[in-house]
Amino acid sequence: MTTTAQTSDPTKRRHILRRMLPARGPSNIVLGIIAIVWLVPTVSLLVISLRPEAAFGVSGWWKALLDPSSLTFSNYRTLFGQGFVAGGLLDSLMTSIEITVPATLGVVLFSCFAGHSLVFGRWRGRDVVFLTVVALMVVPLQVALIPVVQLYRELGTLFGLNPFGTIPGVIIFHIAFGLPFGIFLMRNFMSGIPKDLLEAARMEGAGEWKVFYRIVLPLALPALASLAIFQFIWVWNDLLVALVFLGGNVHTPLTVFLYDQNHELQANYWIISTGAIVSVVVPLIVFFSFQRYFVRGVLAGAVK
Amino acid sequence: MSGSTINAKIRTSGRRPWMREHAISLAFLVPAAIWLLFIVIWPTINTVRLSLFNESATKFLGLTNYKTVFSTDTILTAFRNNVIWVLIFPFFVTFLGLIFAVLTERIRWATAFKALIVMPIVFSTTASALVWATIFDNSPQIGAVNAAVLTVSDWFNPPGAYPVSAAAGQTVADLVGSNAHAKKSSNSIVSISSARAGGTINIGLEDVSPTTLALLKAQDAVTPQPMSGAITGVVWRAFSPSDPTNKSDVLPGELGLPILHLSLVNSQGVSVATTTTTTSGQYKFSNVGTGSYFVEIVSSNFSSGFTGISWLGGGSITPVSGLGQTAQALLSVPLADMAMIITYLWIWAGFAMVLIGAGLASLNREVLEAARIDGAKEWQVFRRVTVPMLAPVLAVVLVTMIINVLKVFDIVLNMASGASVNATPTLAVEIYNDGFTGGIHSGVSSAIAVILFLLVLPAMIMNLKRIKGV
Repeated sequence: MTTTAQTSDPTKRRHILRRMLPARGPSNIVLGIIAIVWLVPTVSLLVISLRPEAAFGVSGWWKALLDPSSLTFSNYRTLFGQGFVAGGLLDSLMTSIEITVPATLGVVLFSCFAGHSLVFGRWRGRDVVFLTVVALMVVPLQVALIPVVQLYRELGTLFGLNPFGTIPGVIIFHIAFGLPFGIFLMRNFMSGIPKDLLEAARMEGAGEWKVFYRIVLPLALPALASLAIFQFIWVWNDLLVALVFLGGNVHTPLTVFLYDQNHELQANYWIISTGAIVSVVVPLIVFFSFQRYFVRGVLAGAVK
Repeated sequence: MSGSTINAKIRTSGRRPWMREHAISLAFLVPAAIWLLFIVIWPTINTVRLSLFNESATKFLGLTNYKTVFSTDTILTAFRNNVIWVLIFPFFVTFLGLIFAVLTERIRWATAFKALIVMPIVFSTTASALVWATIFDNSPQIGAVNAAVLTVSDWFNPPGAYPVSAAAGQTVADLVGSNAHAKKSSNSIVSISSARAGGTINIGLEDVSPTTLALLKAQDAVTPQPMSGAITGVVWRAFSPSDPTNKSDVLPGELGLPILHLSLVNSQGVSVATTTTTTSGQYKFSNVGTGSYFVEIVSSNFSSGFTGISWLGGGSITPVSGLGQTAQALLSVPLADMAMIITYLWIWAGFAMVLIGAGLASLNREVLEAARIDGAKEWQVFRRVTVPMLAPVLAVVLVTMIINVLKVFDIVLNMASGASVNATPTLAVEIYNDGFTGGIHSGVSSAIAVILFLLVLPAMIMNLKRIKGV
C-alpha cells in the first residue's frame, strides 16, 4: 500500500534500494575474522604434522609459519615407512576402509530395497513400518551395545562364528544403525517418483526386480549419493562402535588408532597430528567432491 | 488409490498372481527388517531387561541398578555434565548458525565461507578433539589460546628477571635459603640489617638458577666501597662450590645478580628510593637522608608472569570449596566442559548454518522488504521479522542438537585428561566406562542407557508427530 506510493518517487526509490542492499563492508570483515578463526585448528594440525618431531612443545606451531622452510614430510615418511604393521598408521587406514566401504554399501543397498518396498509395495502396514523407522532414528546406539555383544557371543556358541572382536562385527552394527536414516531418506525421495512410470513398466511385464533396478534406482540416484556420503563419513569417523566391538583386535580403524595413541601409549604428538591429517583427508575429499549431496543429506537428516 | 486399481487390474487379468506381487515387494523389506529387528529393536528391549539384573546378567535385582545410578557421585557428575551441555550447547550453536546464515547472505564469497564452516563436520570428532586439546594446552609453547593470553597478560603483568614458578612448587623463601642477610617478607626479600647514609648492606641469595644468571650475563660479584651520603652494597649468589658453607662473604667466582629492582625502605616500612643492580650485582642509593634504612628486593623481580590457564584441568568456574562431594558433583561447572563445548561449536556451527540458511532462503522476501520499506532498522527486521519466521527451523536445529549432545561421547573421551577425566564424563561416557572397561558389565551401564533412551524419547515423539502431520 504505502510501498507503491513511496516507490513512485524516483529519489526515494533509490534511497530504499540502497537500504535494501545491506552493508557489505562490516559483514565482510566479521565473516573474514570468523573464517580465519575457523581455519586455525585445521591449519595448526597440518603445520604440527609437518614440523620436526622435536619442535613440539619447544615453540608454538605458529612460529613455523614465519619459517616455512623448517617444514618437512619426515613424520609422514616415518609413519608410512613402517608399512602395514598391525597397529600402525597404514594398517589403520586400511582397516578404516575395510569397515567403511561394506558398511556404506550395506546401508545404501538395504535402504533402497526397503524404500522401494515402502513406497511401491502393496502390502498393509507400510505406514506403521515407516513410523517405526522414524522412531528408531533417534535411538542412541549406546542402548543396543551390550545386548548385541551378547548376541554375537551366542552366535559364537551356536554356530562357531562369533563376530565380536572382528571387523564384520563392527560392520553389522553400523549397517543396523545406519538403516533408519537411510530408509527415511530413500522412502521420502522415492515418494516423489511418479507411480505411472512403474505402472507402465509393470503393464509391459517387467518384474518387481526389473522395475527396481531399471526405473527406481536410477531415479533415486541423487538421494542414494547423499546417503552414501553421509553413511561413509559417519562410519569413517566412528570411535565408540569400533572401541566396543573390536575389543582387543590388533587391527583398528584410524579413530581408535588416534585414541590409543593419545590415551594408552602417551605418544608424541607428531604421530597424533600426522595420523589425524591422514584420517581427515579421505572424508575431506568425499566432502569437496560431493558437497551438494552432502548438504542435501544434512538438510534431510536433521532429525538424526 | 492408483495402486489398488492396478491391483484390481492385475487380479482380473490374471497375468500376475496378487500374492506373488505382494510377497516380492515385501521381500524387498526383509534385509532391513532383519537388521533392525536383531541389532536395534530387540537389543533395545533387552537392555531394559538387563538393567534389572546384576552385572553378569545372572540374577534379578529389580530397581537396584537405578538406585545405584542416582547414588553414585561419578554418575551424578555425568548427569550434571549432560545438563550443562544441553543448557549451553544447543542455544549457542543455533545462535552461531543464525548469525552465520544471515551474514553470509551479504557477502560475495558465501560459498567459500560456508564450505569452510561446514568442513569440521566431516572430520572425526576424535581428530577434532585432539586438535583442540593442543589449542587449549597449558603451555604457551603449545596452546594457541594460552599463547594469546600470555601476550596480552605480559603487557599488564610482565614477568620478572628471576621468575619464581608457584606451579613448580618454588617459593621466594627458597631463594633466601639458609642465608643470614635477608628474610622473606610477603613476596619480596628484605635485608635483616639496616644501614645509615655511608653504610653498606650486602645481600646473599642462595638458590638462584645459574641458567638465569648466564642469560642475564652476570659477572663476578664485587663488594663496593662505602660512600658518604649513600647506601651501597652488592646482591650476589652466595654459593661457592669451593666453600659451600660460607654464605656470609663474597667469595671469588660467586656471581652478582644483575638488573634486580631494589627499594630503599625506611624504618616505617615506606619505600623512599628505588634503584637497579649492575651486572656485577652492585647498587647505590645516593643522597640518603637521616635515619636507618633497609634494602628490599621487590616482588616484581620474582613475578613469573602468566603461566597458562589449565583449560582442560579439573578446575571449576563456579565456587565449589566447602561443598560436599555429592553437592560438588551436582553444582560445579568444570572449565573443561566449556573448552569441550567450544570445540563442539566449531564442529557443529556449520550444520546449524546450513539448516538455517535453507530456511532463510525459503522465507518470503516480500515480508522482509515490506518491513524495511516501512522504516524498520536492519536489527528490527532481524529481531521482529526474520527470527520469528525462522522459528520452525530454529526449533529443528535446537532439537537435533539436544539429541546430539545427550549422546556426546567422543569429544569428552578424547579431550579429558588428568584431573578433568573425573570432572567431565557424560552419560554416554559412563555407559562406556561402566559397561566396557575391564570386561563387560551389563547392569548399571544398561540402567544408564535406559535413562538416556528415556531422555531422547520426547524428541522421538516430536518427530513422529511431525512426520505424521506431513
